[in-house]
Parts: sequence; C-alpha cells; structure tokens
Amino acid sequence: MLRSVSLTFRPRLLHRVASLSTRSLGRLPNTQSPIVSKPHFFNSVTGDSSEQIPAFRLLDGTGVPIDGAELPELDEAFARRLYENMQLLPNLDNILYNVQRQGKISFYMTAYGEEATIIGSAAALAHDDEVLGQYREMGVLLWRGFGLDNVMAQCFGNHEDTSSKGRQMPVHFGSPKHHFHTISSPLATQIPQAAGVAYALRRSPERSNSVAACFFGEGAASEGDFHAGLLLASTIPSPVVFIARNNGFAISTPSSEQYYGDGIASRGAGYGIDTIRVDGNDVLAVLTAVREARKRCLEQGRAVLVECMSYRVGHHSTSDDSFAYRARSEVEDRKRIDNPLVRFRLFMESRGWWDSQAEEELKTRLRADVLKAFKHAEVQSRWELSEIFTDIYAGEEPWNIREQREELSRLLEKYGEDWEPWKRELQKFKTESKDLVKNRE
Amino acid sequence: MRNISPLSRLTTTTTRRTSQIPRTQSWLSDWRHISSSSSTRSTAAAPNTDSTASALEPPPAGGHLPSISSSALLKHTREQSLKTPGILWADAELDEARGTSSLSSATAGRETRKMNMYQAIRDALSIALSTDDSAIVFGEDVAFGGVFRCTLGLAEEYGRERVFNTPLTEQGVVGFGIGYASMGSKLGDSTLGGRGMGGTAIAEIQFADYIWPAFDQLLNEASKFRYRSGGQFNVGGLTVRCPTMAVGHGGLYHSQSPEGFFMGAGGLKVVIPRSPLQAKGLLLSAIRDPNPVVFMEPKILYRSAVEQVPTSDYTLPLGRAEILTTGSDLTVVTYGTSVYRCEQAIHLLTHPPQGSGIERTVKDALGDWRRGTGKNVSSSPSIELVDLRTILPYDLPLVLRSLSKTHRLLIVHEGPTTGGVGMQIAGDVVSGLALTTSNPQEKISIGEDMRRMRKEAFLGLEAPVKVIGGWDTPGVALQYEKFYIPDEVRILDGLLELLAY
Repeated sequence: MLRSVSLTFRPRLLHRVASLSTRSLGRLPNTQSPIVSKPHFFNSVTGDSSEQIPAFRLLDGTGVPIDGAELPELDEAFARRLYENMQLLPNLDNILYNVQRQGKISFYMTAYGEEATIIGSAAALAHDDEVLGQYREMGVLLWRGFGLDNVMAQCFGNHEDTSSKGRQMPVHFGSPKHHFHTISSPLATQIPQAAGVAYALRRSPERSNSVAACFFGEGAASEGDFHAGLLLASTIPSPVVFIARNNGFAISTPSSEQYYGDGIASRGAGYGIDTIRVDGNDVLAVLTAVREARKRCLEQGRAVLVECMSYRVGHHSTSDDSFAYRARSEVEDRKRIDNPLVRFRLFMESRGWWDSQAEEELKTRLRADVLKAFKHAEVQSRWELSEIFTDIYAGEEPWNIREQREELSRLLEKYGEDWEPWKRELQKFKTESKDLVKNRE
Repeated sequence: MRNISPLSRLTTTTTRRTSQIPRTQSWLSDWRHISSSSSTRSTAAAPNTDSTASALEPPPAGGHLPSISSSALLKHTREQSLKTPGILWADAELDEARGTSSLSSATAGRETRKMNMYQAIRDALSIALSTDDSAIVFGEDVAFGGVFRCTLGLAEEYGRERVFNTPLTEQGVVGFGIGYASMGSKLGDSTLGGRGMGGTAIAEIQFADYIWPAFDQLLNEASKFRYRSGGQFNVGGLTVRCPTMAVGHGGLYHSQSPEGFFMGAGGLKVVIPRSPLQAKGLLLSAIRDPNPVVFMEPKILYRSAVEQVPTSDYTLPLGRAEILTTGSDLTVVTYGTSVYRCEQAIHLLTHPPQGSGIERTVKDALGDWRRGTGKNVSSSPSIELVDLRTILPYDLPLVLRSLSKTHRLLIVHEGPTTGGVGMQIAGDVVSGLALTTSNPQEKISIGEDMRRMRKEAFLGLEAPVKVIGGWDTPGVALQYEKFYIPDEVRILDGLLELLAY
C-alpha cells in the first residue's frame, strides 16, 4: 500500500569505480547517469513536472476510508487512546493559552490543527526512540506519560520543573526518562544533532531497535542546519525519521513564500533519502506512514523523511496575532472543513467506538485534569535562586562563576530587604533566596 | 578555494601508499589554497619537498617559525619531558587507586619520542580511540589523514566506523557531534547511563576560519546544553579541534584567531596548546573533560615545534596557566604561537643586537626603568612569562598572583585587540567586581581569596595594563601579515614601554 505512493526515484550513489580498462565514454566519472543526446532539464521528483508529489491519505474529511485504503490494525482501546490524546492537546492549549493571556505564564504555543500529525507520529514510535523536537511536540511527551503536572511545572518554571529548572521559556520540555531531548529555541539545530544521536544508536547493539525521530516545521527546513542534518544522516548512514510538520506558516510567512519547489518532500530525494508526503490531518495515515518510515529506517539503517501536510489553526505563539496576516474566515473555514479531531471522531463513531456522551465525558475529564494540574503548579515557588549559577560546568567551578555568585549574594544581603523590585521577586523563589545568603555565612 | 590542490593530493596519496608519515610535506601543499593564481611559492616548494621525502626527521624547525628552533621552552630531553609540571599519568591514577603509587615510579621506565605537534595530536587521538570504545573522530578529509596529517592512519587502525569523513558542512559536523555526545554519560551523573554508545565525539573543523557556520551550534547548543536541561543532558563528550592562527601566507581566511569570540560562551571551554607535549596532554584532557571543549591548534607549530613527548597516556590540567619563566618585574601573558615570540622578545631585552638602534632604544628605556625603580646600573629586568593554555575559563588567579609580584602586565596574542582575550584579561585585572571592601566581621567566604588577590594586583600596578594583539582590521591581510602579527620587536617595544613607565 505504501509502496504505491512512496517515491521510486532513489538516487543511491553506488560509488562504483569504472574499470580502468573501460575505454568507453558511456559513463561519466562520478555518476551512473545514462547518456542522452537531447538537452533534458527537469524540475520534479515525480518525473512529470505537471504533477506534484502525491500525499498519502486513508480517511477522507468525514472519516470514511478512501478507495483502496488499507487501514492499520486498530482495536477500540488503541483508537480511543489516540483520540483522547489528540483531544488532550486543545483542552490543554485552551487553558494554557488563557493562562498566558492572564499573565500567569510568560509564553505559550498551541498545537491547534496539528493534533493528528503529532499524536499519529508519537503513536508510531517506540517509547524509547530518541525524540528531538522543535517546540510544538508536547503531544509526544504526553503520549509517553510525561504527565500534566510536568507540563504545568515547566510552563510555570516552578521548582517541580525538571526540564530546565525554570531557565527556559514555556514549552521547552526535556526528559531523558522519556527519551525526549530538551527543546531549544533556535530552529533546526536539532536536525544535525539527530544524525549524531542516531549514529550513537547505530553503534550501540543494545539500541539496535531504536531510531531518532526529529521534528521540524517547513520554515525550519529553510535553515542551513536542515540541509546539514539530512546530508549527514544520509552520507553517514544513521537511522533518523525526519518528520516535517508542514503547517503552512512560519509565524506569518506562508509556505508559498517559504519555498518555490514541491514542499519539503522534494528535498528528501536530493539527499538519497526515502521520502513520503502524508495528509497530516489524518491520524491513521500519519500513524501508518511513520510506522513504515521507522521500519525502513531500522531495516536499512538509513534516514527516512515524512512530510505531514496540515494547517496551523492557532497563532504561531502567544506573541503572535495571526489575523494580522490571514483572514479569520480562512481559519474558521479550515477548522470546519478539515479538522483532524472531527475526522477521526467520525471514524470512531462509524465503528461504534465513540458517541456524543463519550465526547462530553472526555472533555469534562480532560478539563478537570488540566485545571487540577494548573492549580497545583500555579502556587508552587520557583527553584532556589542559587540555581542561576549551577549546571554551567561539570567538575571544578571556574573562579568567575564562584565570584559572581558571591557578588550576587553580597548584593542581596545589602539590598534584598530594601529594594522593592528585588524583594518582590525574591519571594517567588524557594526559601526566598536565603540559600544564596546562607552560602556566605 | 576549499580544495586541496591537485599537487598536494598527489603527494599525500603517494606518501600514504608507502605508509610513511609525510613529515617533509610542505606547508603550502597541505593548504586549501588557490592552486592556479599567485601560488608560485607553493608550486616551487612542492618538488623540493618531494625530493626529500625519504628524510627521516622533520625539516629544520627554523624554516617555519624562526624563534622556535632556539626556544628553551621545548623539552628536548627525556628527563625534561617527564618532569613536565602538572603532568598526570593515566596509569598513575590506577596505581593510586591500588595504593601502589610512588614518586620514583612516576618517571621510571617511561619512554619519550621525538614528535612534532601533529604527531603528538595524532598520538593523543589514537590513545583516545584505544581507551574509549565510544570515541569517534570525524570531519572534512579526516579519513585520509586530515589536511594537516593529525589523523594519519587512524581510519586504517580503528576502522571507518570510528574515523570518518563528513561532507563540507561545519554546522553539520558540530551538530552531529553534539547529538552523538548527548547520548553518552561522561560523569554518570545523568539518567543517560547505559542508553547507548554515544559519548566521545572528536570533531575536526578544517580551519578555525571556517568555524563560524558552527558558531550557532557551539554557542546556542553545546555551551547551553547542560544548563538549559537543568543538568539532565550534557555534551561533555564533545571536543572540536581546529587549526588556528597565522603562518605567514594564509591571508584573510587561513589565519584567524577566533578565540576572543568564544569568551562569552559560558559552559564551553577553549584550549590552545603551545607545543607537542602540551598538545597531547591538553587534548586528552579536553576529550575526557565533562564539558564541551573547542581545542585550537596553532598550525604553524604542527611541524615547527618538535619535542620529546612521553609515549604513554597522560593529561595536563585544563583551566590552569603555566609560568614558563619566573620573573619579578613584569608579567607577560600569552598563548599559542605568540609564546615563542614573547620568549624571543624577552631575550632581545637582555641581548639586543649590538650596535643597532634597537640596542640604544633598549638601553635608554632600561635606564629610565632603573631610575624609576631605584635599581642599580647592572641590574636587568626579570620577566615572568605565562602561557594561558586554557582560554575559557582562563586562570585569572594565576595572573593575579603573578601581577601581585611584578606589578606590570603585558598580554600578547594574534587575534584582534578589540573584544579579544587580552582586553578581557586587562578588564578583569582592573574590574571592580570584587574590590568592594569586605566587612571584617564577616567570615571568610569562598571568594575572599580572589578579592584579596584582585585588590593587591590592582592597587600594586605600576603601569597601565598593555595589550598587544592583532590590529582591528577585518582579518590578517596577506601581503601585510608581518605588520599585523605582534612580532618580537612589537612585543619588545611593549616591554620597554611598561618598564619605563
């Protein structure tokens, strides 16, 4: 089924050195290209420049399998798990988005419209596949049991935030236990790193069934690091599943201004990487494509690229108002016509696995769970202020860090009680920064 | 531009086939230079080197860096070599653990071999590969031995899985190394232990001039990796090696000293060795250090600097400067190639060319110095020469201790003056950070010692702190290099100015 849509064009450099005795000029030195007598330009990986790369889909907009679709084996429990995790994202997003608007957290990024892409991919991966995300992949962590309390703790940056001890902006999660590498804000830096992570997996017999899964947006794919990462993962064969979330926007820039070629998928072939484009709003298609990608990755020990086409229904982040660059009606239309949640819910209903009562119960439960975690996180203090100076160097602490800690302690002791801006801020920290002053005593 | 010339490709292939270390290969033939235009010097030089390809010893070192052949700083005997300050034998650690170590065993039975710097680096890499299964060595042209021969034969010895070429992508090379290192656990302090074979990633950037595409990976990723993850992840296993500094004909893009740009990258270490013995010990430390390290190798020293290097596994401490010659009247802080120019300049101070204008200048300045300090006519200034070795985080305590004794400070390096290491040190010396009078009632705190040292050093200054660096031009201009690089006479002038102040 997949093979029918996977690309047949796979330029695999064979590095076959032509025999010196070959006098024929039938082959060029660094390629196995057939020789032709007519100038032939091309601008397509499909072989027909009028046709774009096909997109793999299983369910139509109303949740009905399309002609020829072979659905993955799916029982009710697994389907419910998929749907519940998909539903968790907007329920969490609704609350955290508003919490940010109330000024309780500094920043937030929703995943509206990409629920199928994120949960479908998460479900296709093994729990110990190493995930290198961009920033909108919280759903992968939730799928793996990271838990709402950890999500809230990170977003509030309180003392229960193990992702970064309150050092990073919200949604910069990380958890070695969940094989989820810490998010950093610079785009695409995770892509060459994924090649290195996968190479480490390849060299480790006990990890021979693991891959690296690397997420990025179509905007990030314009960065040099994208090209570096795909190039390295292909030339130094490394099992990475690259998952491009093509949601149509890089902040305000539409994908039509991001690239002129045929999306991100057309680039995979340029690096000799097996590639597929998939309907990112169809959770079963994403699940199937990423599963197959993962399988190929392990079998061949090589990278595979999956481009998931979706639509970013939400704003880029809480710092963005997307109605400044796109019509509200466009977004509303999108949500109505092609909603990944509705599509899968209709499919579930057609199987008799879901109904409006289940929907209501789920939403009530998710909302209660999220609010409970939120209320807990909201009242927690931050880490101790002394953590500003930890985790910089392992081993011996350099004089400058030591000296600067002393300097801050001295200043706190001298002004902490009298300088209102500091006094107010200090109260937010565990032990109200006494840890730093204590060090001096 | 970024290809090795066909000529050098030919010579290296030939030497590799005969599995001879091409010690005599010319500098220029190793270079990524324009092979067609204005390279008459290189094409002329290459046949000569070919004709001496069977020579067993490196060419006269003076052919590359004039001051180095006479340097007293290099260890030319086994005894000197084995007594290198701060040297830590890997097997001594084992002995200590077993309780069998003794002072006499520290040097007994140890061997040294004459090596130039690229051979010493190759030796360190080989030890790293043989003692750590997770170690990988990679970068552009690394598999055939590297354009500076530092990885010669390693691919054959350890296999292409562990020693391999990468495509031309510096950001990719460093990003790959970060990912690989993130899968290891250098300290066993994270939950990553046992998660995989990741760990020791030894990347090569072919020239420091080309490190900029990887600057984002180094600054935004490697340096912040531990901090941003609350200590859960680290890339302590990452070492990025790159050739640095000028050689006389590298122009804008084969001469840069970019270390100054890394000074604000807390979480990262930057190390620059001065000699083969130092390079081996410091590189092994860098590789085993639980923090990411950028290791910059002064490329003029690859062949010029020859020393007796211990053959066994040893390390030299990071974060520690070394006093090379002790003195009481002025401290010179430097690193890399400039160490030898400083040594030479100090020599000129006491032995100016007879009958020259320089001799008169020195005489006049030292006369002023004697009058100003009340020294008698026969006394000559004694200069303390300090090799910084680790640039980030650097050894300010040692600089302050030295300055408390000498009261005069000169800092010398090739990199641009503004925003450079010299200005950083000068700034730290006069910075008021810890000069605040401490409360005598207060118990002595961790920083008390630093505070006292800073105060003594600053209040004791008898001259402004002077920095002699490269000019703030956009780079080292080819035909102007002699007047860009702080050479012996510029350093001498700085010494005289500070002494006579």
